[in-house]
Order: sequence, then C-alpha cells, then structure tokens
Amino acid sequence: MSVNQNIPKVDGLGLITGKPAYTDDLAPKDALIVKVLRSPYANAKIKCINTEKALKVKGISLILTHKNVPDTVYTRAGQGSPEPSPYDKKILDEYVRYIGDEVAVVAGINKSVVEKALKKIKVEYEVLEPVLDYEKAIENHSKVHDPDHGIVMFDIGRDATKNIAASYAMEIGNVEEEFQKSDYYYEDVYYTQAQAHIMSEPHAAYAYLDLQDRLNVVTSTQTPFHVRRILGKTLDIPLSKIRVFKPRIGGGYGGKQFIHGEFFVSLVTLQTKKSCKLIYTRKEVFQATNTRHPMRIKMRIGTMADGMMNAIEMKILSNTGAYGEHSLTVLMVAGSKSLPLYNKVKAVKFSGDVVYTNTTPAGAFRGYGAIQGNFALESAVTEMANIIDMDPIEFRRKNMIKENETSKIFEVMGEGTEGTAQMIESCKLEECIQVVKEKIKWNEKYPFVEVDEKTVRSVGLAIAMQGSGIPYIDMGSAVLKLNDDGFFNLQVGATDLGTGSDTVLAQIAAEVLEVSTDKIIVYSSDTDQTPYDVGAYASSTTYVSGNSVYLTAREMLKALKERAKQVLKVDEISYKKGVFTSDDQSITLVELSNELFYGENMKQLVTSESYYGKKSPPPYMACACEVEINKETGVLKVLECVASVDCGVTLNPNLAKIQVEGALVQGLGMTLTEQANRGPKGQLYNNTFLNYGGPTKMDFGKLDVSFVDSYEPSGPFGAKSVGEIGIDTPPAVISNAIKNAIGVRMKELPITPEKIWRAINK
Amino acid sequence: MTAITLNINDTDYEVMVDGGDMLVDTLRALGFTSVKKGCDTGSCGVCSILLDGKVIPSCSLFTMKAREHKILTIDGIEEKAREIGHFLLEEGVDQCGFCTPGLIMSIVAMENDLKVYTEESIKHYLVGNLCRCTGYEGQLRSIKKYLEVS
Repeated sequence: MSVNQNIPKVDGLGLITGKPAYTDDLAPKDALIVKVLRSPYANAKIKCINTEKALKVKGISLILTHKNVPDTVYTRAGQGSPEPSPYDKKILDEYVRYIGDEVAVVAGINKSVVEKALKKIKVEYEVLEPVLDYEKAIENHSKVHDPDHGIVMFDIGRDATKNIAASYAMEIGNVEEEFQKSDYYYEDVYYTQAQAHIMSEPHAAYAYLDLQDRLNVVTSTQTPFHVRRILGKTLDIPLSKIRVFKPRIGGGYGGKQFIHGEFFVSLVTLQTKKSCKLIYTRKEVFQATNTRHPMRIKMRIGTMADGMMNAIEMKILSNTGAYGEHSLTVLMVAGSKSLPLYNKVKAVKFSGDVVYTNTTPAGAFRGYGAIQGNFALESAVTEMANIIDMDPIEFRRKNMIKENETSKIFEVMGEGTEGTAQMIESCKLEECIQVVKEKIKWNEKYPFVEVDEKTVRSVGLAIAMQGSGIPYIDMGSAVLKLNDDGFFNLQVGATDLGTGSDTVLAQIAAEVLEVSTDKIIVYSSDTDQTPYDVGAYASSTTYVSGNSVYLTAREMLKALKERAKQVLKVDEISYKKGVFTSDDQSITLVELSNELFYGENMKQLVTSESYYGKKSPPPYMACACEVEINKETGVLKVLECVASVDCGVTLNPNLAKIQVEGALVQGLGMTLTEQANRGPKGQLYNNTFLNYGGPTKMDFGKLDVSFVDSYEPSGPFGAKSVGEIGIDTPPAVISNAIKNAIGVRMKELPITPEKIWRAINK
Repeated sequence: MTAITLNINDTDYEVMVDGGDMLVDTLRALGFTSVKKGCDTGSCGVCSILLDGKVIPSCSLFTMKAREHKILTIDGIEEKAREIGHFLLEEGVDQCGFCTPGLIMSIVAMENDLKVYTEESIKHYLVGNLCRCTGYEGQLRSIKKYLEVS
C-alpha cells in the first residue's frame, strides 16, 4: 500500500543535507551576472536613457533598455492560453508604473562591475502624478496605462480610461427583491491588505544555449510550460527552440506563477550567446514581484426570522497594482470559492472592479480571492447570526451546503469564464465543525471567558471551501516507462514547489502498480523531457495531475498484463503485488521486465495519459481559534488554532497536514502581522524580513490539524485538493473571536494591537 | 584581492577575497551551496553555519573575519544531518527544503548550548530560522521527537 501512507518526500534527504538543488546552486560558475535598474518613481515617462558610460565599464557585456528589446505586450501571469489577464506589460517600457518597475537590465562578468554600471546609467524621467489610492482610482484623472496601451484576449471588462483592468458581475435571482422580503438585513464593508509571499528562495533564473543552439531557461517557476509559451510568443521564437526546466524551488505559494527574470536572462543569453543568471535580492522580491490583491468588499445579507438566509450580495473593489496579472480571476474566485458555502439562498449577486494603481503589481497567492472573500463572508455571516440572536454554528448548519447538493454559482462563475455545473459528492462540513467545536471546547469558552480585569479569552469559528483545479482548463499528463529489474520512470509536467507532489504522484502510480513507492522514479517539470502540465496552481496537482498518473498507471498495468499473457502463453492472467499468475504458472514483474528487455519478446513499455477536470470538487474545512486579548494594550495572542479538513482521502496524511498547518500560519500572518506598507509616494516601507512581519516560531500558539473521513469519487483514490484551503479561514476566525471578546467587529486586515486598542477605547 | 586561508569542515582552503566579501558568497563560490541566501539582512537563517561551534548567519560576517576560525557547514556533518533529517522527513516538514540545512545547523548549535530542552527554549533558540512552508508546528513536533522532549 502506498496511498494514505506517510511516505517521506522522495527528494527530502537530498534537500535536507543541502545538496545542490535550486536554481542558483545549479547555475554555471561563469554565468554572466544580470541585474535590473528599477524605477524610483511610481509613475513616470523615461524621456532619455543614456547607457554610454555604463557600457564602458570593463566587464559589461550588454545593457538592455526599452530601445533594444522587442516592443511586444504580454502578461506575466502563468495561466492557460488564452489568458484571462490583460496583455499590459512590456519587457522594458518607456513608461514606468510603480517604484521598482524595470528600467534597464545590465549583464557583466561579475556583481561589482554590474553594480558599477547600473550607477552610470543616466535616466531622465518626466514624473507623472501617481494613482496610489485604489478607492479613488476609477475617477482619478491620472491614468496608470495609456488607453491605447494593452490588449485583452477576450472581454474581461477592461477600461484603461477609468484605470479598470477587469470587471465582472453576475446575479442569480433578484437580490433586491429578496432583501425587501427579508426579516433581517445586514451590510458592512471589509478591507484586506497587500500580503507578500516571503518564500525562502528569492526568484531566480539562469539561461544558456545548448549544443543545438536552443535557449535553455532554468527557473524557479511554478509553471514551466506557460513560461515556455509566453517566452516564445513574446520573443517570437519557435517553442521548439526553447526548453524550460524547474529544478527544486524554495517555496512559491503563487508568487512564482508569474514570469519574473525569465525574459531578461533569455535576452541576455540570446544576444551574448553566453550563460547568465539573475537572482533577485530580497528587496526586489518585496517591491518588484507581486503581492496579494488588496480588496474592499461590501457585504449584504438578508435573512428570514427562521434563520434561513434569503440573499447575499458581495461587491468588490480589487487593487491589481501597476499590471493586471490575475486581475479578473482573483476577483471571481473571491465569490466563486466562498458564496457556494451558503447554497440555500434564493438570490445571490456578485460584482466587482479591479483597478490599476501605481503600486507593486498584485498576482497569484495561495487561496487567491478565496481568503479575501472568506474574511468578508464569514465575518458577515457571524454578524447576521448575532443580529438574529442565533448561535453562529447553528446558523451555519442551517444554511450551509451539504453532500449531494449543488450551487448555481458553480455553473455561472468559473475563473475568467463561465463555470461548470457540479453536484457535491463529498462534503463533510458538518463533521469538520463538530470536530473543531469539541477540540476547542466551544461550549465552555463561547463567547468569552474573563481571565482578569484586563484579560479576556474568546473563541471564533469559520468554515471554508476551495476547489480542485479549474475544469476544462487545467490539464495534467504523465508518462510511465518500465525498466528492466521491474522499476518505473514516472515523468510528469506537474511542478513540485516543495509540497511533495512528486512523492504523492509516485504514490498514486505505486498504488495502481502494486509496487513500493521507491520503484517509481519521478522526474518533473522539464518542457523537453516531461509531458505537459499547467503547473502548480489552483489546487490542481493532486486532483488533476494525480488523475493523469492514475490513468497512466492503469494503462501500464494493462500493457504489463498483455505482455505477461504473451510470455506465459495464456489467455487469462491476474496480478497481485508484483506477480502475474495464471492457473499454475506465474511470472514476477522483475522477470517479466527482464524478459521484455532481453528475452524473446523484446518491447519497451511506455504508457501515457492526460486528464482535465470535468468538475472541481471543493475541499471543505472548519477552523476555530482561541485568542487572549489584553484590553489595556490591544495585544492579541492566538492560544490555539484547531482545524478539521475534508480533502477526500489524504494520499499522504503527513504532507497533507503540513499543507494545512503552513497555510494556517500564512493566513494568521495575513490576519495579524503582515502588510506591505506604502509611503506617500508609493514607496514600500517594509521590504525586508526585519520589518515586514512574517510569522516566526514565537508568534502564534498551538496548531491542531486533523482530517475527517471522506471519499471523492472523481479524485484519484478518493482525493481532493489540500494545498490552498488551509489559508482561507484565519482572518474571519480571528475577527469573530475578537467580536466575541470585546464586542467590536474588526473589518480591516491586518488586525494590529493598535487597531484593537482603538476599537476598545473608541 | 587578498589570499587567505579558511578552515571549512576541517579542511584548509586558500581563497582570494575582497575586503567586502561576505562569508556566504565565499562559501557558495567554493561549492558549499548548502549554505543558502535568502534575505540579505541576517534575519532568515537559511545561511546559518557554525563558527567555532556557535551558529551565525554567514551573510553577516565578512569573509576576512572568518580567518583562524573553524567554519562548519552541513556538508561537514553528513551523518548528523541525516540523523536529524530523518525526524524532519518523518513529519513531512522538509517541504521546499530551502531553510532546512540552516535549521539543522541551528539545532546542532542548540545541542551544544542548551542543557535542558523545553518547548519554549527550543522555539526561542530556533526563532531565527524562518520557514514559510510548515507553519513551524510540525518542525517542533519533529525536533521534540529527536531530542526526546515530551
């Protein structure tokens, strides 16, 4: 048995002992060093750029500016084609749109000459008025993008004249009518902030030309196949001339679902014919990659006296920063991965605009949209329960989705396009709630316990859902090859970003083939050597790529049985744990493989299948926290965070647990400590680990994560996704707990001690 | 450029360095890529090494200052790294792995420094080793198992 076992990560020992594994470890020693000159202004036009003196610095090989790179617009978002993100970025542009935007790229023999040359580039800017307040972006007379700049692949509601990157609206039923009929009504506005990914490994890429003069790009990416396509399309190079490879990567969480340095290393290598590398500094990672989309979310809920919700409306203003990567999809997910939780409403409305501002672009980040939507929805639902004086858990139980039910939203809303209708075949929300309620000792602690005059403890709870890939868009594929001695190579395009997906996919193949996991040698994420996969995003790898591995292994088993029949000269055969049997004859997998390589029946067995989702079964979870608030200082301590998750069958329970634990702490960080703070000119104030506020071992209390028994019929061995869901609940859970403690609703993230103190002392 | 001798993992290396070179860059250039670079401000712990048995961020020490000290990277304690690593693997907290060699170096230093382990003292000692993947809880479980702390 491989599935549902705690198999250690196949690459774990190598990583732990520090073997060369990441992009910068593998880059050629003589690679040219590439660095980027970045804009000091949030909005400016480059009037003149002079590289003459910089080029004279000894050891400088090349300087790129907007004058000597292809003048093509594209999107850096790593998404399927055609992308729902606007093509509004140029490799280098005569306009710079945020502090950190690329102005020039310098390549030279070492760091010091490159840094010297960077200082000698003379740039004259025409400084323009920046758009910094996203709530005032639409009516702002200043524009982030010229109306003629940028194109869209299909209508996403973009209107550059109003600084709108994308917009969307849908309504099922008539919410205004239902609000009129409702006995109780609630509305309020919630705010979420820009959060940084702070993955351990800064973004990195290197490039070289291989023996066939092809461009090879090795990059810390979540989406190698999208990188190849976007590079080829934008640079006008046939895809056959490009190879993209992802080695091990030091964390991504969505931050590497995005083109960063790949264009610059490609152009330098293509022009100089030399290998080169670009490793971002931490400051660059903070200010010049991307953040989570800050959002303003207006919630309206109408409820009948019996506690049934009648209608929900969610209206969003989202800030995409300088460029529109993932603008439409993050917006839509805020609704589509939260609102179906309450599927019994008679009407539901969702709408929003995504606006450009002259700040660091927003992009993909684990739980994108969902965490923002969940904060607003699960806070608002709790407020509504308070209004009708019903226990918030009972209120949820009455209204939430259950197994063998559906929501019209699945059909209406997808990611950038229409959705896909689906029946929920696995949903253990009820059980999840029961588990966390008991573990947190809800009945003893709700709503609060006074510890002493200045200290109060309280509990809060929220539920969440996610998806498992994007139906009819995300595709994964696998190739299995039999070797002599009876072991297999599994090649997958899927992208393991540290989650352990290589291991989980090997487990799936091993389970089907009834061999131990170490007989499956995985190789992944190489556009030359592995079949296509969209990459690691949208909680798709276990479900989508996993299904492709499952199908591929089934085909391999079929092929093996056919060959075993031939070798044994029989018509019927059975297989169990490495042995093929027919009546009194048998042959082991090892013997069969050797026979196929060296016997009379020579044949290399290779099978391949691909898979795309026809649905996106949501994992579900409930989460509760106990917090302690010092009413004199506003300091909040998270004492315990309990989560119970339904992600179908956990293929590797340990790895699944770490996915949830890691996500919970990222969510708690967003709730309490993390924020990309900007100054009056748009400059990022906290762009180091010292002052950003990323969680350390000392910041939060105990985590208690468990899984409920569940089986998803459409998933590989009953599995659904688990990568993102864990991040969704903390903001609402903590906000709900604070409300229970001090009677004030915190509506703006992060919830700092200062904000709590102000709320108490209002 | 100045020629100096560095003692790394009990072997002497002759290296040419500039006054401003940081130890992490020198080590990586010598092939010790187990020492990672993460934050540029001495605050994430992925470049942790031992200098005479004390854990330091190698991004914050001039290479020149490492002369006449004993530098230990994870490559010098393969056996020990595997032993500790086994506990991390069993808990699934190796994850992206980028911070793990640095964490192990800090655990080794902690074993030199602390006589008694409690959950609090472990957390406090290892607070400088940041990890974004695991949420720390699983790391703590595995370290407690390794140190046999209940």
